[in-house]
Amino acid sequence: MGRRVLAAHAVLVYAFLYLPIGVVFVYAFNGGRQTLNWEGFSTRWFGEALRDDTITGALRNSLLVALGNAVVACALGTMLALALPRMRARLRVPIDALVTMTLVTPEIVFGIAALVFFSHAGLELGLKTILIAHVVFNASVVALVVRARVVGMGQSFEEASYDLGAGPLATFRQVTLPRLAPAILAGGLLAFTFSFDDFYTSFFVSGAGTSTLPLFIFSSLRFGVSPVVNALAVMILCLTIAAIVVAYLVLRRSGSRTATGI
Amino acid sequence: MEEAPALPTRRGRRRAGGGGLRYPAWLALPALAWYGAFFLAPLGFIAAYSFAELSGFAGVAFTWNLENYRYLLDPLYGEVFLRTLGLAGFGTAATLAIGFPFAYWLARYSRARTLLLLLVVLPFWTSFLIRTYAWLIILDPEFPLFRALDADLLYSTQAIYIGVVYNYLPLMVLPLYAALERMDWSLVEAAGDLGDNAFRAFRRVTLPLALPGIVAGSLLVFIPLTGEYLIPAILGGNKTAYTGTLIAQQFSEAHDWPFGSAIAMIVIAGMTVVLVAFSRIAARGEVASG
Repeated sequence: MGRRVLAAHAVLVYAFLYLPIGVVFVYAFNGGRQTLNWEGFSTRWFGEALRDDTITGALRNSLLVALGNAVVACALGTMLALALPRMRARLRVPIDALVTMTLVTPEIVFGIAALVFFSHAGLELGLKTILIAHVVFNASVVALVVRARVVGMGQSFEEASYDLGAGPLATFRQVTLPRLAPAILAGGLLAFTFSFDDFYTSFFVSGAGTSTLPLFIFSSLRFGVSPVVNALAVMILCLTIAAIVVAYLVLRRSGSRTATGI
Repeated sequence: MEEAPALPTRRGRRRAGGGGLRYPAWLALPALAWYGAFFLAPLGFIAAYSFAELSGFAGVAFTWNLENYRYLLDPLYGEVFLRTLGLAGFGTAATLAIGFPFAYWLARYSRARTLLLLLVVLPFWTSFLIRTYAWLIILDPEFPLFRALDADLLYSTQAIYIGVVYNYLPLMVLPLYAALERMDWSLVEAAGDLGDNAFRAFRRVTLPLALPGIVAGSLLVFIPLTGEYLIPAILGGNKTAYTGTLIAQQFSEAHDWPFGSAIAMIVIAGMTVVLVAFSRIAARGEVASG
């Protein structure tokens, strides 16, 4: 019943989802100074964006924070994911609730809370505070991704490793870590993109002198849409999409290996 | 957010025989310390701030009274809260109305499902800010589509609503799809064979089984929308205030942190109520569908 109608609806949904992204892509290559006034294909705005010190500075900050955040979030999230499955329910349920809370609390609430906290704790606002705040929700993201894999893995390899005389650390390094690596990498890539794209949290805890790419874009929108911002947006989109596709491929490959190999 | 990474493990779970790896519980400590210091403590701080008041130029006096909350009873703020609820309610209803038939099609009829699902996830994981501002270009009266329609939606309430539906649609589709993907479609056919018409079969079979997805999707859309700031700021031209707008104002312009904290506490309280209510609905649904 209505199968054709549903398919047509789906086509419209995809068009709706990709229209804005497509529009930004197309207009980023408009040579004219005014976004909507098409004056021929040109890549000049990409060059202008990359020559602007404000933009490259913000880009550097965004990359630094996103990388540092991904590393710390991977460490914390993976440890948490390893600890949770075997924990008693009395401990696990509240921790699960806490992890969920870090992900669903409206970001603006977390942003202002972090701002109030940092200013009381005497931490100077800047890259460090942005990184600390980003790790809070990204550790949860990594924990969720890695945990899905930990639960699905079974422990016969680990038991074999213990039987052969390896200690917990050696077992982790030689057996568990290689098997978890794809999930950790995928979680880390997600943490990287979430941090790289984050606006709300950075907006409140960045302080006066520090900018990231989303903050730069937001402040430049006060003067309307500009071709430089379009070009910048296209570069950001390409970077995030690449990271996500890599994460997806890594997870999928490791998934099929699990099915056949273990 | 939770659904996509879970994809590859479904195969593995069958083999695992429950349990998973045996690693010590203390491994959770670093993450818990981080949550405690940088998530719970900050929330505690704004809870305390919400009972404080401004003193002098930039100081805060912890007077422990309800002054900030009483201030919020002003009809002016009541209007903002209602408008925010309206926005969140509309966003939830609209994404459900658009997302359900879509997720249904994806789960029941589509081919190359994983790829099609990735195409839904992809925009959701790219910059929220860029996807929002893209609508500034599309809604511009000079944009070919609207020049033809002679419509000017830029910086209007409609623009905000479009932006909301656009940004939150994937968050609704993913849990809906996850629920519908587990459906046994022969049940629907059986209901038809036993004399149910299509509508009745949908209501009695599909809907109860899809309920957990509907609940999860509604939560993921409704809760963040109660604190939405970016979409009204960009697409509404910051002309209409929502709860998120009020909070941001207290911290970026007015510098009234105690009052801003009180508004944030209202959002947290609302979030708690919604979470509890929805988990009740989900629990009842599970009982009903056996």
